[in-house]
Amino acid sequence: MSTPAGVTRATLAKDLRLEWRSKDAINSMLFFALLVVVIFSFSFDPTAEESRRIAGGLVWVAFLFAAVVALNQTWARELRNQVLDAYRVSPAPANSLFLAKVLGNFIFVSVLEGLMTPLFVVFYNLRAIGPAYQLVVVAALGTWALVVNGTFFAAMSLRTRSREIMLPLLLFPITIPALLAMVEATSSILTGEFSAKFWIVLLAVYDVVFTTGGLLFFEIVLHAE
Amino acid sequence: MKRAFPIFAILTAGLLSYGLYGALVQAPTEQTMGDVQRIFYYHVPSAWTAFCLFFVNLGASIVYLLRRNPKADALALVCAEVGVVFCTVVLVTGPIWARPVWGIWWTWDLRLTLTLVLWLIYVSYLMLRRFSSSGQTPVMAAVLAVLGALDVPLVYFSIWFFRTQHPQPVVGGGGSIDPRMLHVLLMNWLAFSCFAMLVCWSRYRLEILRRQVEETQALESLLEAGNSR
Repeated sequence: MSTPAGVTRATLAKDLRLEWRSKDAINSMLFFALLVVVIFSFSFDPTAEESRRIAGGLVWVAFLFAAVVALNQTWARELRNQVLDAYRVSPAPANSLFLAKVLGNFIFVSVLEGLMTPLFVVFYNLRAIGPAYQLVVVAALGTWALVVNGTFFAAMSLRTRSREIMLPLLLFPITIPALLAMVEATSSILTGEFSAKFWIVLLAVYDVVFTTGGLLFFEIVLHAE
Repeated sequence: MKRAFPIFAILTAGLLSYGLYGALVQAPTEQTMGDVQRIFYYHVPSAWTAFCLFFVNLGASIVYLLRRNPKADALALVCAEVGVVFCTVVLVTGPIWARPVWGIWWTWDLRLTLTLVLWLIYVSYLMLRRFSSSGQTPVMAAVLAVLGALDVPLVYFSIWFFRTQHPQPVVGGGGSIDPRMLHVLLMNWLAFSCFAMLVCWSRYRLEILRRQVEETQALESLLEAGNSR
């Protein structure tokens, strides 16, 4: 139990159990993403052939917005009953907590994506012309990029006034290259016009850089108070 | 140090006026673009100055993370503020020039987008500092500055590839530059850097004073609370 991996496992199991019983994050994310899909469909003709080009952007913007909803709850939950303070004084390594939270959010957002993708396919009449298996790689790397930064900045914005607004303000500018890579990779695969290789490599580099950065600085951010 | 400030201010004012004279009178008129090209003497030096300031901000943030020196934090804050102002000048003068020359206000070209993203990152840095009221704001801000700097090469490569994939007919600078133009440009850069340093200097003094006042006030209220007991 006391090993770093044990702490990660215990925290992750606790978060998953909490989510399984309350379904707060997943329900709010799902409904939010659904609203985004419907509202987007008013801004252009969703069945037109050109909409295939912008579908990649659409899907990821919807997931990004929905992920922010879940990310805002991830640490707020620990503030109740001073759980986070207890964690701070305990000798458990901070990075184990960070990794557990990132993994938990990764699972939540992946579930959201799994449930929402069929809906996108139906509503926007999507069909991948390029190699479809690459979409899974893009989704995994892209979700990790969103979640690793989102978890980090959510912890950072805990200490600010109006933290719910602060998270997107910090997260979006830094995530621009990852978002661009996700959108372009998805569009390339959907239209089949370009190869998505470069974007997948860029996403992988982004993930490595920011996972390292997050692990390096999380302890400072957690203990900052 | 206090006496040096007005001297430096006068020097900067002189340099700025000389730079203005150079930009408006001395530099030859560009053949194809005409007088509108003269905005270049403000646009480019502002960009270079802004990038230098962001670089100093990164350095100061790293020093703060390593040493926890409050002066490094004040320097980082000041550089980010002044850098955002210069970056805004770049983003405003760019479209003013682009409209008559390119025929469009804005294009999502590599350098434009990179500057815009950099501006966004530093605005979010200033937002964090504004919204965060705890004593740990400097740590958070320093971490954000380092992560933002890590982001810059990734932004660069992503937009570079994005743009090479969808090429756009944009008339870039390129080619050779008249030595007289280069002279005026470098002169203006010197003037702008001095101006930026001057503003940073006075803002830095203000920031240090503000912190001293805050500390004194906190101390006074503590003493009052102790006396009334």
